[in-house]
Amino acid sequence: MREQTAGGTTALHLILAWGFVGIPLAWGVIETVRNALALFG
Amino acid sequence: MASFLDRDRTVARPGFSRWMVPPAALCIHLCIGQVYAFSVFNLPMTKLIGITQSAAADWKLTDLGWIFSIAIFCLGLSAAIMGRWVEEGGPRRAMFTAALCFGGGFLVSAFGISSHQLWLVYLGYGVLGGIGLGLGYISPVSTLIKWFPDRPGMATGMAIMGFGGGAFVASPLSVWLMKHFSTSTHVGVAETFVVMGVVYLAFMLVGSAIVRVPAPGWQPAGYVAPLTPKKLVTTQDVYVYQALKTPQFWLIWWVLCLNVTAGIGVLGQASAMSQEMFPGRVTPVAAAGFVGLMSLFNMAGRFFWASTSDFIGRKNTYFIFFALGTVLYAAVPYTGAVGNLSLFVLCFLVIISMYGGGFATVPAYLRDMFGTRYVGAIHGWLITAWSAAGILGPVLVNYIRQYQIDSGVPKAQAYNVTMDIMAALLVVGFLCNFMIRSVHERHYMREELLDEVGVA
Repeated sequence: MREQTAGGTTALHLILAWGFVGIPLAWGVIETVRNALALFG
Repeated sequence: MASFLDRDRTVARPGFSRWMVPPAALCIHLCIGQVYAFSVFNLPMTKLIGITQSAAADWKLTDLGWIFSIAIFCLGLSAAIMGRWVEEGGPRRAMFTAALCFGGGFLVSAFGISSHQLWLVYLGYGVLGGIGLGLGYISPVSTLIKWFPDRPGMATGMAIMGFGGGAFVASPLSVWLMKHFSTSTHVGVAETFVVMGVVYLAFMLVGSAIVRVPAPGWQPAGYVAPLTPKKLVTTQDVYVYQALKTPQFWLIWWVLCLNVTAGIGVLGQASAMSQEMFPGRVTPVAAAGFVGLMSLFNMAGRFFWASTSDFIGRKNTYFIFFALGTVLYAAVPYTGAVGNLSLFVLCFLVIISMYGGGFATVPAYLRDMFGTRYVGAIHGWLITAWSAAGILGPVLVNYIRQYQIDSGVPKAQAYNVTMDIMAALLVVGFLCNFMIRSVHERHYMREELLDEVGVA
């Protein structure tokens, strides 16, 4: 991965792009797990 | 604007990281995965006039059920018909169009809800949104495969995992928005649709802006294509309509259809099944938690199994799905008979992970068989197997269960025959997978056709 980020794509680009999709997805997963655990508890 | 969307304008410059492409694909799939959570709107939409309870003029649940059905039908239809356009026009044009259709579908539906015109909701979310679903679903597939020739399963698995995960975001978001916009005289569904339409449009447009296709001849650093091709992996391309003439396409069609039939049949019945097989031990609340866990494994299985297929091969991956699935389905009645709830839950979590894995592994299977050039378009046609399974699975489970109950079988045992039939379906799937061989070279694209359509 690193060897390809030397030119156009920076580490910041990658963090922003993955954060853009990762944060909502993680939020959704956490919500689901929390509900599932509470329900089984 | 037209040039910005052209395939030529999306060719990556030197230095572009291929790891920017999965987030672009996820921007699309996380949004369109919302369709799995559409049911959260059903009940509120039956109270648009009555507010606290359904009034005589309110829409009926049976009428609202058609919104989802039309959307799924249009998903399959558009993916099949528009697949070639998606491949030849490039991913950005397809993603951009998918964004307009999907986001626009929400906005048209919002107008339909506020004016209480159900046909507008059918047209908006059903037809327009369904076309957005189909285009969005297939748009990043071949691009990801081209960027990750060393790990095509993992790459498409990431995107299709997003489709499974879209409901996790959409469900709580929809509930929160409806709660925010609702008043004592208003349910707040129309406003929720407007917000979600705008948010999804923006999110998907970001994906279309980020996406790039690799320059001709590009290969990942350090990657060396195998000198001797693997037995079931072609280095040639097969034209989309030629692929439809091969037995391999239809065998994979049945492989997907049977795998999805088995999974989708129990997915819709998991809540009722767990309560009826373990009466008194699984409450409705616990059953809802079980369904949530199944959704998580459905999503995780997409990434896990598709990534695993890069190491063990697609055919072997499906062999595992069918062999292990058969054993697990056959074991479910036993778990009920001995009252082992943990084993029951474990069986279904593994089954549902393989259901998701089947979706995510199939694009790479198609790539192995037919090459990368038209894999997205061929995948579009294959999605009709999903539509067929969407009807076959629930019908099998529901009707057999009802027949069993009508015949005097106790509810706790009413699923035994269904599970045996699902296991038998997986045996047929195993045989279909077994029969898959390499595509004959007479189906490969000829030079003149390559020149005509261009080589991406």
